[in-house]
Amino acid sequence: MGTVILLALTGLGLAALYFLVASGLSLVFGLADVLNFAHGLFLGVGAYGTWWAAGNLPGAGPDGFGFVIAVAFGVAAGTLVAILVELVLIRPLYSRTIEQVLVTVGLSLAGVALLQATWGADARPFPRPDWTRQVTGILGAQVPNGGLLLIIAAVLVLGAILAFLRWTRYGLVIRAGVENREMVTALGIDVRKAFTLVFAIGGAAAALAGALGGVYFGTVSPGQGGSLLIFAFIVVVIGGMGSVVGSAYAAVVVGLVQQFVNYYGTSGLGDICVVGLLAVVLLLRPQGIAGKVATA
Amino acid sequence: MNARSEPGLPAPQSRTEEPILSVEELSVRISGLHILQGVSFTVAPTGVTVLLGRNGVGKTTTLRAIVGLTPPAGEVRGTIRMGAQSLLARPTHRLVRGGLGYVPEDRCVFAGLTVAENLRLAERRGTTPAYDKVFALFPELDRRGRQRAGSLSGGQQQMLAIGRVLLNDNRLLLVDEPTKGLAPKVVTEVAEVLERVAESVPVLLVEQNLAVVRRLARDAVVLAAGKVAWTGDAHELLLETALTKSLLGVGSAEVSTPSARSELASPAVARKDQL
Repeated sequence: MGTVILLALTGLGLAALYFLVASGLSLVFGLADVLNFAHGLFLGVGAYGTWWAAGNLPGAGPDGFGFVIAVAFGVAAGTLVAILVELVLIRPLYSRTIEQVLVTVGLSLAGVALLQATWGADARPFPRPDWTRQVTGILGAQVPNGGLLLIIAAVLVLGAILAFLRWTRYGLVIRAGVENREMVTALGIDVRKAFTLVFAIGGAAAALAGALGGVYFGTVSPGQGGSLLIFAFIVVVIGGMGSVVGSAYAAVVVGLVQQFVNYYGTSGLGDICVVGLLAVVLLLRPQGIAGKVATA
Repeated sequence: MNARSEPGLPAPQSRTEEPILSVEELSVRISGLHILQGVSFTVAPTGVTVLLGRNGVGKTTTLRAIVGLTPPAGEVRGTIRMGAQSLLARPTHRLVRGGLGYVPEDRCVFAGLTVAENLRLAERRGTTPAYDKVFALFPELDRRGRQRAGSLSGGQQQMLAIGRVLLNDNRLLLVDEPTKGLAPKVVTEVAEVLERVAESVPVLLVEQNLAVVRRLARDAVVLAAGKVAWTGDAHELLLETALTKSLLGVGSAEVSTPSARSELASPAVARKDQL
């Protein structure tokens, strides 16, 4: 029983990480039709930003309130990079899908190379508060606090994004734009401002994933973002492009399947199962769990 | 600067007014297809001007070019002016804010949003949305505020599509096939609403239902093979059965609306309607 609880909670921790990356990816794709392969870079910037701030930024540190400041710095850095990427690289290329893919893939490679050149290719130990290294006993399972922190953060981010989409003017524009972008402009709204905003939200969530993922794994390395991004893409497709709630459900499914199959089956089989799950969803429900159903 | 391609047609008196919209030599090419090949016409500053033509002749393409919604792969040439202002190459949201209201084909309401949210989306900072006016025209929209727009009937969706445009002041409305796919009773309701709307703002209307055209239109522009084939008084056009038949293809197998077919089959009824 303890093992099942532990596996479930670590699976949910993984799911939280996927969700933080996938939510922004999904909104960006749903609204702006941009397949952003550079999204993993925002995660890397968040992780390294937090790591750097904990060691160098006055007031920031690996523990207590200093750690909060370090994470805030990492998230701010990731958000800023996301906004710059949208304004400088993506904006001139809207509706030019192939060029967008080339630019974002190139950017993700260049970003990883830049992180490597600056701080080396090896994993660095991540500064983290002592309590995140400890475990909490839940129903007989000893669950790492770092994972619980991720789950709580993801739930809060989900709630914040949903509240934003539901209650604000820009949230309304984004929901409408995901459905029919052209019609939003035909009502006199400059939908591109919403694009920048969605990139900023996605960048912030991914950077938070980078910072808290660093806490969870205990290390930070340049390639982390890229490997998470693959699963985040799978989550986006399974959840339905443009649906934050769909991403949340899909992240939970993917995280749990991966964790349980990797434990009870051969290690690595869980990853393959996830890809199999993707194939099944694409065959049976191509629009994803919560995606828009194509209407005549 | 005569927009009419058919010389010899008597110019109705209304033609002396300064047009609200003038389209000159409009060409649209989309992925190799030369859909519009030098279309020129004007829209009178009052009443309804109807844009007619067979299916696929470029009526929707014309409206979309006016409001700046030609797909990115498309190429637009010519001039389009609303008053003294040139419209081409300006982004859609600016054109709309400048007073160009657009009610698209197939209504395009946001199905996942509520009726109230659909309307709220059209609100603009610095102006007071004319909810009184809209709810007076469509009391249903007020009652169904919390209902998802996707669960409305086709007619109600059309009312919503028109209503959200009327929340703001417009200098010209572009309305694309508002009665398409609606039941006959609802068609009449939509036509009534458009008639009232057209009392205060000029309308450029694409419409296949000739009964609606007869009721609303003052001027007509007929497109054929990517060009303007005929312009003039709408009722004159409808009285000329042979001309209507050759230009609009009604009466042939490709007629899209049964009502249009039946009316052309009995021109006597058409005349009676006009009295």
